[in-house]
Amino acid sequence: MRKFDTKIQYLKYKVLCEVARQAWNDTLYDNLFDIPKTIVPGNVPTMRCCVYKERAILAERVKLAMGGNKENPNVIEVIDIACDECPVGGFEVTNACRGCLAHRCEDVCRFGAISFDDDHVAHIDKSKCKECGACAKVCPYTAIVGRKRPCQNACKIKAISMNENRAATINNDKCISCGACVYQCPFGAIMDKSFMLNAIDLLKKSSEGRNYKMYAVVAPSISSQFTYAKLGQVITGIKSLGFHTVVEAALGADMVALAESKELAEKGFLTSSCCPAFVDYVHKSFPELKPFISHNLSPMAAISKYIKETEKNAKVIFIGPCTAKKAEVQKESVKPYVDAALTFEELQAMFDSRDININSLEEGVLDNASYFGRIFARCGGLSEAVAEGLKEHGIDNFELKPCSCDGIEACRTALLKKSKNLLDANFIEGMACSGGCIGGAGCLTHGAKSKSDVDKYGNEAMEKTISDAVSLLNFI
Amino acid sequence: MKIIVCIGSSCHLKGSRQVVEQLQYQINQHNLKESVELGGTFCMGKCQQGVCVTVDDKFFSVTPETVGEFFRTEILEKLA
Repeated sequence: MRKFDTKIQYLKYKVLCEVARQAWNDTLYDNLFDIPKTIVPGNVPTMRCCVYKERAILAERVKLAMGGNKENPNVIEVIDIACDECPVGGFEVTNACRGCLAHRCEDVCRFGAISFDDDHVAHIDKSKCKECGACAKVCPYTAIVGRKRPCQNACKIKAISMNENRAATINNDKCISCGACVYQCPFGAIMDKSFMLNAIDLLKKSSEGRNYKMYAVVAPSISSQFTYAKLGQVITGIKSLGFHTVVEAALGADMVALAESKELAEKGFLTSSCCPAFVDYVHKSFPELKPFISHNLSPMAAISKYIKETEKNAKVIFIGPCTAKKAEVQKESVKPYVDAALTFEELQAMFDSRDININSLEEGVLDNASYFGRIFARCGGLSEAVAEGLKEHGIDNFELKPCSCDGIEACRTALLKKSKNLLDANFIEGMACSGGCIGGAGCLTHGAKSKSDVDKYGNEAMEKTISDAVSLLNFI
Repeated sequence: MKIIVCIGSSCHLKGSRQVVEQLQYQINQHNLKESVELGGTFCMGKCQQGVCVTVDDKFFSVTPETVGEFFRTEILEKLA
């Protein structure tokens, strides 16, 4: 079965895997410069113009696998030399234009950007064009095409532009580190920094728990990942990397659902705080709405805080689908609780760097959270959990009107409406990735089945109510 | 006296919630809140023997069925 959606992910994985292998063996700094050649041996290029460029790009990937540019605060970085400088012309009329007489393109353009030459062939005035795409939609010959870079297309919050060398560049004041561009760039020229080496270092120094215990907190979207093996085998695999145990981030989600529902009933309006990219988006693009962000920690941070408070000698590594979590764990409010954040891609690389074939392992168990905590992984789950939280608190004088935003564009629409007081809802569930966390850039695969996988996993939880799942934490 | 109950996945599936609830109930019944401290941890590394419980670092294997007896012999009698 396929482990990744794209060959770019596979390439990135090969680098991560090799870096991890060398790090486990304490040979990384001896062999650092040989890694590109290990991955692209011989002298026949397979991806770029020559093996030297291929290796130069791989060297950049090695750098990112080792934590990337420390000067750049963003966890998402562009590899300049890998950027293919895709066409950026915007909307253009192609030679498929027949010079028809209907001129629908002209009629639909609200900006008067379209004119015709003597042969009735359409032309777009770039100074007037707002790139709305209406003309392309109505052209009967589909003769108008939008030439936008895949990265710019993926970045719905418009944080990507091009620099003087026509390479993509990220505006850190806007970027929310969601990773959409990382997943979409067909040349793999944008990558998330990896903190895998920090995790490996912590695992090694723990000496199998003798010095301190390593806790893996895994996101519920893991249920849609590693589809070639059973979830129980993934859990055993994580433990064989040197983790003391694995705890569900979904239990943190249960804690958040209870707290957030109460906070919502008290304040009357809230936006969710689970998705770090969404929270960052509110901060950067809708600062006036900041007071409405829920004051709860994210599920990851909530359960990690709990672990650190009850176990003095604990280190916590979060493993999930999310690149923005890598930024979240650097925040002062979260830093003390989570030591590093990894993606599922990085976990796969770590398995293979230790030659752990999870298919051959016995099945471990993972069962801490309730159904409601687990369904946080898909869009709509958080709102369901908050509704359940209100019910379990016995709050019946507050009517929940959720607005579940599937993807950052939907978040923008809801936040815009709220800022103009036009939103008919009292709770915004903001999920930056489409589909929710299952659409995260750090997922190995994204599929039509992901949502049903999460629901199935939710239904398998032993605890059926949030209060029951959380009761185990509250007695301490 | 400190009782720690494992609330990790394996013990959870074997009934650590019921064990905790009964221990809490018994502690309240016998007015032992001052002398007995109840705590939890994720995994004691002896998943086969769950529900794992320690009393002042001494290990016991308890189930929802045996927790009453455990409380009587290992807590009440030791405190008496």
